[in-house]
Amino acid sequence: MELISPTEFAKEKVLAVQDYVMLSLRSLGNLFRKPLYIADMVQQADLIGVGSLPIVVLIGFFTGAVLAVQTANTLQRFGSITLIGQLVSLSMVRELGPVLTGILVAGRNASGMASELGSMVVTEQIDAMRALGTDPMKKLVTPRVISTVFMLFFLTILSDLVGLAGGLMVSKVLLRLDARQYWNNAWQSLVFQDVFMGLVKPVLFGFIIATVGCFYGMTARGGTQGVGRATTQAVVTASVLIIVLNFFTTQFLMNVLSYK
Amino acid sequence: MVFEDVWLAFDQTEVLRGVSFSLPAGETKALFGVAGSGKSTILKLVLGLVKPDAGRILVLGEDITQMKEEDLFALRGRIGMVFQESALFDSLTVRENVAYRLTEEHGIYDDDIDQRVRESLRFVELEHTLDLFPSELSGGMRRRVAIARAIITHPELLLYDSPTGGLDPVTSNTIIELIMKQRDVYRNSALLVTHRLQDAFTMATHEFNPKTNQLRALPRGQYCDVPMSFLILREGKVVFDGDVRRLAHTQDEYIREYIS
Repeated sequence: MELISPTEFAKEKVLAVQDYVMLSLRSLGNLFRKPLYIADMVQQADLIGVGSLPIVVLIGFFTGAVLAVQTANTLQRFGSITLIGQLVSLSMVRELGPVLTGILVAGRNASGMASELGSMVVTEQIDAMRALGTDPMKKLVTPRVISTVFMLFFLTILSDLVGLAGGLMVSKVLLRLDARQYWNNAWQSLVFQDVFMGLVKPVLFGFIIATVGCFYGMTARGGTQGVGRATTQAVVTASVLIIVLNFFTTQFLMNVLSYK
Repeated sequence: MVFEDVWLAFDQTEVLRGVSFSLPAGETKALFGVAGSGKSTILKLVLGLVKPDAGRILVLGEDITQMKEEDLFALRGRIGMVFQESALFDSLTVRENVAYRLTEEHGIYDDDIDQRVRESLRFVELEHTLDLFPSELSGGMRRRVAIARAIITHPELLLYDSPTGGLDPVTSNTIIELIMKQRDVYRNSALLVTHRLQDAFTMATHEFNPKTNQLRALPRGQYCDVPMSFLILREGKVVFDGDVRRLAHTQDEYIREYIS
């Protein structure tokens, strides 16, 4: 392995961040320039949204269920077992729904984007596209970013809902609690700030997933090995960024919304 | 097309060192040089896919050196490019690949586009492959589809990057015939990067006869009537730029060794 000087390494990283920021800004700026490639957006929405639906539903349901199972014992000890609906709904809507859905979609779609675009780069298809007068940023990146943001928003809502259903199943079947009481408790405990926080996060995460996936794809070098590397890096970076950004977003929104 | 003292380096490696040459309208210029001498880079510079570090490039009368990417897309519409490995879009059929530029311009695939796609594929004798995917074609067929894609808009300038590289002699001859057909029937200007000297010599000593649809060997005295010239690069510099007669009589030892 070739060793590079710390200065070169730092320069490379700064340049990569600069390129990423440029790609992100251009992906949004292209929304105001024609053509818009609506058909590509719909196709991507289908691939990202509908394609991710089964795993998001499955993971959401069992996350809500296990949350109920794990907390039931503690709540029972304090005689507050009826609060289980509140606990599941707050956890799912504020944190687990957005983060888990984000990470799942990152694993599935950031990798897909990086490998697809990376393959196009190494086989000169991106150059061919530019040579044929098409801006790859408009044709390939912007539709993926818009579709991911849009679909992750709704996938998260769905994940929250099936998570609550998972909690309900445990409460009803295993804990023998009243289903109406669970739903009332879960529903009434949610306030505007909870829902707002839960819906801002998927928008940010969707943007991160698509831009990171596209960035690693568009900058892939070194043949099939390079594409493989780009795919792995895209998933790791997107997942880490989601976790880190989740903390800062939560902190920021709590301060802004004067949330207790 | 004019190159004026063009310099280009990738990282620490100088690829082009003060390259100057011109391509008059209607002429085909064959670019030679050992691997890494900057031949393919020159084609990418012509398309504006890569920007020079210094010097000036005029393409179809426009200075592309400082041109914005948005403006370059319009100019690229007047240039056709055949990439080294064809660079066909692997997720699109032959029909969609060839029609790509037209569907991007018009938004939909209509009867008029279909007619032009068939016409273009007929030119390369591959009309029967319309609904096949690039992976279902042989290497030679892919190159011919790439030619069909490049010529569908009747561009004023054609760029060929090793169109016969890695092909058997029979298929190579077919490709060269198609390039000559473009030169002699449609009078396109073209830059041809190749490693096969025999291809360029065939082009300099033959002409395409549209009546018989075959190549015709020219008498020795008429070689200079063919709009064909040669450019040889060595370590990023032009060491020869002239017609076949000058090339045959050169005293430069490197060139003599190269063409022998």
